[in-house]
Amino acid sequence: MEQFTDIFLMLLLVAGALSVLYVRNLFVATMLLGAVSFIMALIFVSLDAVDVAFTEAAVGAGISTVLYLGTLALVGSDEKPARRRALVPLLVSLLVGTALVYATFDMPAFGRADNPVQTHVAPRYIEESPKEIGVPNMVTSVLASYRGFDTFGEVTVIFTAGIGVLLILSQLRRRREDEADLTDGPDTDTNMDNDAAASASPAERVGSEHDLVPHVVAKLLIPFILLFALYVQFHGDFGPGGGFQAGVIFAAGFILYSLIFGLHFTRQIVSTRLVKFLLALGVVLYGGVGVVSLFLGGNFLDYNVLSADPVAGQHLGILLVELGVGITVTAAMIAIFYAFAGRAEGRGNDIN
Amino acid sequence: MSLVASHAPVLAIIIPLLAAPVCAMLRGTTFPWFLTTVISALSFAVSVQILLTVSDTGPISYMLGGWAAPWGIEYVADPLSAFVMLIISGISTGVLLYARESIAKEVPPHQLGLFFSAYLLALAGMMGITVTGDAFNIFVFLEITSLSSYVLIAMGEKADRRALTSAFQYLIIGTIGATFILIGVGLLYMMTGTLNIADIASRFDAIADTRPVRAAVAFLIIGIAIKLAMFPFHVWLPNAYSYAPSIVTAFFAGTATKVSVYLLLRFIFTIFGAEFSFGVVSLSELLMPLGVIAFLSMSTVAIFQTNVKRLLAFSSVAQLGYMTVGIALASEAGLTASILHIFNHAIVKTGLFLSVGCMVFVAGSAYLKDLEGIGSRMPLTTFGFVLGGLALIGVPLTPGFVSKWYLVMATLERGDFLGYALTAGMLLSSLLAVIYIWRVVEVAYFRPAPADAEAREAPLSLLIPTWIFIIGSFYFGIQTTVNVGFAEKAASFLMGGL
Repeated sequence: MEQFTDIFLMLLLVAGALSVLYVRNLFVATMLLGAVSFIMALIFVSLDAVDVAFTEAAVGAGISTVLYLGTLALVGSDEKPARRRALVPLLVSLLVGTALVYATFDMPAFGRADNPVQTHVAPRYIEESPKEIGVPNMVTSVLASYRGFDTFGEVTVIFTAGIGVLLILSQLRRRREDEADLTDGPDTDTNMDNDAAASASPAERVGSEHDLVPHVVAKLLIPFILLFALYVQFHGDFGPGGGFQAGVIFAAGFILYSLIFGLHFTRQIVSTRLVKFLLALGVVLYGGVGVVSLFLGGNFLDYNVLSADPVAGQHLGILLVELGVGITVTAAMIAIFYAFAGRAEGRGNDIN
Repeated sequence: MSLVASHAPVLAIIIPLLAAPVCAMLRGTTFPWFLTTVISALSFAVSVQILLTVSDTGPISYMLGGWAAPWGIEYVADPLSAFVMLIISGISTGVLLYARESIAKEVPPHQLGLFFSAYLLALAGMMGITVTGDAFNIFVFLEITSLSSYVLIAMGEKADRRALTSAFQYLIIGTIGATFILIGVGLLYMMTGTLNIADIASRFDAIADTRPVRAAVAFLIIGIAIKLAMFPFHVWLPNAYSYAPSIVTAFFAGTATKVSVYLLLRFIFTIFGAEFSFGVVSLSELLMPLGVIAFLSMSTVAIFQTNVKRLLAFSSVAQLGYMTVGIALASEAGLTASILHIFNHAIVKTGLFLSVGCMVFVAGSAYLKDLEGIGSRMPLTTFGFVLGGLALIGVPLTPGFVSKWYLVMATLERGDFLGYALTAGMLLSSLLAVIYIWRVVEVAYFRPAPADAEAREAPLSLLIPTWIFIIGSFYFGIQTTVNVGFAEKAASFLMGGL
């Protein structure tokens, strides 16, 4: 049965990926990509990698789709017809695919107990982590403590992406304003094809004012989304979850609110400056735990020294660094969404 | 002080890494620059300390999180990584001294906090790649470096919008390279069950003759070659270097590709082992022709460029060809030449890009047609460029000569026809370098300046750091004990195995 499920999901994955390539409408392609991510997440579940599945569902199917849609609101959803056939890239892809298939021939059989990945480093994580770290979810132990420095690096990657988007997109907006000053008058008027929006200021036009059903549903959903994000954040020690997934879900709550009620109102609660501050705060919090452990006589990110009892120290350390991850991820996602939505707003397009 | 000594390897990375979010919050024009410069100088000071300790007492290992390798992540400062760290942080600090006035002209003032934050991230990322002893950690820091460098290159957009497309091109190509490296590391993990470099190396021989490992080697070498801008994967580099802000080009010319050369050395010699790399999979036969084609064809292409930044960028691809050849020789002498050239080329090319940056600052363009008569308009800058050009060509008493000398000795050591052919090829390539540098000299000194051009030197804050690099490169060309000494130590360390 399990084999049947795997094969079915794999076929679905291939079909999904191919249809993404063939579909000419980018909106449809984005939706299909979301579906592919969900299939991927199901495959991860079937491989017993629940944490990875969770991340894939939240990031791949959730927030990426929203960001793609934000981009499509700016650039339109029609793909330009290809001018020439891309033969070389096709050959390169086939070559890489062949190399990967070639690599599978001597691969250790999946899930065998005597595989190198099961016998060398992993046993220590399985046998010792309940004593050394005391966290039931071993994935969290590995990610936040044994290999906590990698996770610190990943948070920094998210932070880099956040400031990168801020730098590049805000620069473009500034130039368009310059150009608007040169041409006569505000160019927003030309795009006003919507009578209802004509009287509103551009900021208020983002959002669907007159759709009652989304309003009611969103109002019902948003508190639960935020609550669930907090659960995922603080329950990551015990079950699947942690800062990355929680941050994405938390940001999704705010993004949903902006989509339904308008960016303007979200910005009143979470200003761009606050987002920038939180973006930095998460990294500083994570690194700060490391610096504190330096001063308490341990190595960088050695949580044992944070408390008299090493296990309690590990617990505290993991709680704090996961919080740091959550804060930076939330802020980065909101920052990226703001940057895209803000551009659409300036142009007078509706982000929905 | 003991805190610094016992945690030096991690401090060199976390000082810039943690300063980056702080810098992102800063407003104003001078303060972000000042903080970045101080932080980079601190990182440099720690790197000096590390290199001195390593050459006195041998490699330093540092357990992050207090977890012993291979369960936790290990930092290893050995003669090679300590030397490369010194180069990265040194170049970064020198370029930052120059940065304040130069960048104010190229990036809007309200973005300087974020800009310098990205600069610090690039610095921390490259240092992290160099010092880590963990294969997956390499990938994480490679991501930090790559993302921040795409952003930094795109910031040239105010002066020339093509910066955006070149950054995008680099993003696509660079991401493919990074993905290949990740696939390679993943396959190695599958076969060895560990991510620690020393641990992979010790288990490598037992699994060397399997298909996943052969695929892993292919993915890693090609992935690193893309990041290194090795011919024929170099297309992104000339665009990126031409349109990035001056200080970003100078910084990356001295560091970014050098880190990739370091990675190539680390994988070939430490993980795969010289015997496997050159005996079993014969990487020499792959790398040697690519290196030779790189220095011959790219030196030729450089001659026909109309933009000085682009000309120097093609010359960089050619110089990376020399380093590749040095590695492909698979001898201690070749390796010494390669590592020495990492240092020598970094200092010379950064100096050259900084002097071009001065010309851009005053003349507003790096195109040859706009630089006519620049020799009389900006005598100090242009003279600096000429001296840097001589060092690039490899005139005696310059670092370019020293590293080419070592490379020629290494090729002649082979004593066969190929050795002589390589020597002849290198001489030819040096002659081509004379031509492309001469083209700039001719335009600068022998064409009349346009009548409306004002004679004005670059401000001292730009000139002094430029001349530090120019004089520095002559210092290391004459007094070669320091750079040659460290390069020899690193090479013999690599050849001696772990």
